Amino acid sequence: MTEPAISVHDLTKRFGDRTVVDRVSLSVERGEIAGFLGPNGSGKTTTIRLMCGLLQPDGGTGRVLGHDILTDRGAIKREVGYMTQRFSFYEDLTIEENLNFVAGLYRMTRRREVVRETLQDLGLYSRRGQLAGALSGGWKQRLALAACVMHRPKLLMLDEPTAGVDPKARRDFWDEIHRLAADGLTVLVSTHYMDEAERCHRINYISYGTLVARGTVAEVVRDAGLTTVIVTGERTAEAARRLAGAAGVDQIAPFGNALHVVGRDGAALRASVARVAEETGTRMADAETSLEDVFIQLMGDAQDNMA
Amino acid sequence: MTRILSFTRLWALLVKETIQMRRDRVTFAMMIGIPLVQLMLFGFAINTDPKELPAALVAPTQDRFTRAMVSALELTGYYRFIAPDATAAEAEEMIARGDVVFVVTVPSDFGRRAERGDAPSILIEADATDPSVASGAISTLGTVASEALQREAGGAQSDGQALSVVVHKRYNPEGITQYNIVPGLLGVILQLTMVMMTAMALTRETERGTMENLLSMPATPLEIMLGKVVPYLGVGAVQVVVVLVASKAIFDIPMVGHLWVILFGIFVFVLALVILGYLISTVSRTQMQAMQLTFFFFLPSIMLSGFMFPYRGMPGWAQTLGEVFPLTHFLRLIRSVMLKGADAQTVAQSLAALGVFVLILSLAALLRFRRTLD
Repeated sequence: MTEPAISVHDLTKRFGDRTVVDRVSLSVERGEIAGFLGPNGSGKTTTIRLMCGLLQPDGGTGRVLGHDILTDRGAIKREVGYMTQRFSFYEDLTIEENLNFVAGLYRMTRRREVVRETLQDLGLYSRRGQLAGALSGGWKQRLALAACVMHRPKLLMLDEPTAGVDPKARRDFWDEIHRLAADGLTVLVSTHYMDEAERCHRINYISYGTLVARGTVAEVVRDAGLTTVIVTGERTAEAARRLAGAAGVDQIAPFGNALHVVGRDGAALRASVARVAEETGTRMADAETSLEDVFIQLMGDAQDNMA
Repeated sequence: MTRILSFTRLWALLVKETIQMRRDRVTFAMMIGIPLVQLMLFGFAINTDPKELPAALVAPTQDRFTRAMVSALELTGYYRFIAPDATAAEAEEMIARGDVVFVVTVPSDFGRRAERGDAPSILIEADATDPSVASGAISTLGTVASEALQREAGGAQSDGQALSVVVHKRYNPEGITQYNIVPGLLGVILQLTMVMMTAMALTRETERGTMENLLSMPATPLEIMLGKVVPYLGVGAVQVVVVLVASKAIFDIPMVGHLWVILFGIFVFVLALVILGYLISTVSRTQMQAMQLTFFFFLPSIMLSGFMFPYRGMPGWAQTLGEVFPLTHFLRLIRSVMLKGADAQTVAQSLAALGVFVLILSLAALLRFRRTLD
């Protein structure tokens, strides 16, 4: 019987009279890579900070690795690795000095060896004397990840780790995350890149402080119950204009020469698109609903709820 | 077309600057508050011709002549006898500690010689570590005392029995100003650098965004505080050595007391300063605010501690206010030990006061420290 790595209920956080996180419940199984998705300012960072003991919640309870998030912050800090959104190691220390500092704070045994192995794994051994501030974005991110896992945490929380990093570095980064998860590490990663969401075992979608969808990518797409059709042809721009506001049409997005049209009411959508296709001489075809379509739909819904 | 000065652009810049100034409440409050507070404070508190200086009287036989002279001295407004019946040993300790500025000794045969018309004498010992303090009091002394004596004796006697007043300027007989200023400067220099450097300690982490990372790792508030504060003790130690060596080699300041008492006193003082700086850094949000708070603290502590102007010359309320600055206690301690050779016991009170600062400030800093980012 293993307890989930993260199990929080009704977490609430207010800054002044603004409720940033509103009764969010979240459960992450051990060994799982959980995606934490949501638009900018949706409360992802705040929720992560609440869970690793960096903020005091205004309501709710929860356990992280079996430790109470309200009373047992010390234990959580020892067993969790947290990688902040912004590079937050010391830019005026060298790579090696930063790692030594982290190793000391976690009271690691064999500090010198651990730091050397980490540097070698990173491929930064020859550059260990360089100031961390001189590293490029991709290297900073790799250094930060290495520093966060050096103390062998049981849970890793990554807050938008790949913001501003090139596609190659992003792929390498995700390979590393999967390697770590295969060794039994639980990972919670926040992102708003859809391709990254698809690399997670399960995703949790938060919008304006509330959790609005959860499950595997396939489940989330299925549960959304959306119908997508693609319109192709010469006059797609005109088709888009005519489709705006038509019955059953919720989203219209141009992708190159094609138009993705998404809606919740499949029958009405198809009827509208068929009519417009006839008028503009374009062709329509059924298509798979993508995760991105679902998120945009969810964002729109959440905004409606706010109003 | 680009003009050198466009009023539309200038206006936009002025508006933006004013808005930013108003948003930063601390700065704004200081700009308005500081001139007012300091004008009132220093305007009333500072007095370069100090009156009512505490004095001790050593008079084994308290006869009418002695009493007449004492009340005459008090009437000048310069003397206030806080210990009107001290023994020679008590008086010696009081002047060494700085509790009194004068010790007036009236010999036991004073009354007899005055009645006989036999030129009586009194001894006035003045604490001359701050040469400016005692000068007014000393200058009025001779005439006042002999007039009083003459009145008491009936004024009938001839001039033959003029009173002889012996003045001893203790600790600094030549009245060298450096003797007073240089040990004080040690305190002021330490205060400026120690408080300011540690005041930046936490705000720098917050401003650079490293605070979030630091807090997410298992370091306790006490560890973080000590980690921030201890390196500056080292910096302070270097400064102390430089100033002490210079004061000996360049200014030739006497070092009468034991070196270890001096060093221990400095250690406790510096500890209080770095923790004060750390406390400032727990309450300020930016490095700029930390700087401002440091200066807000710095100016009154220089004015009211007795560094620039005689502490004894300030009105009672200002002296009380002066007690809240560690510098005040440190100046008493360092001047007593360096110039008067006071031992640890004599300056125990100042040491204890500094120790209390360390304790209260550390507690406040630990309580103020935010373990979370709230």
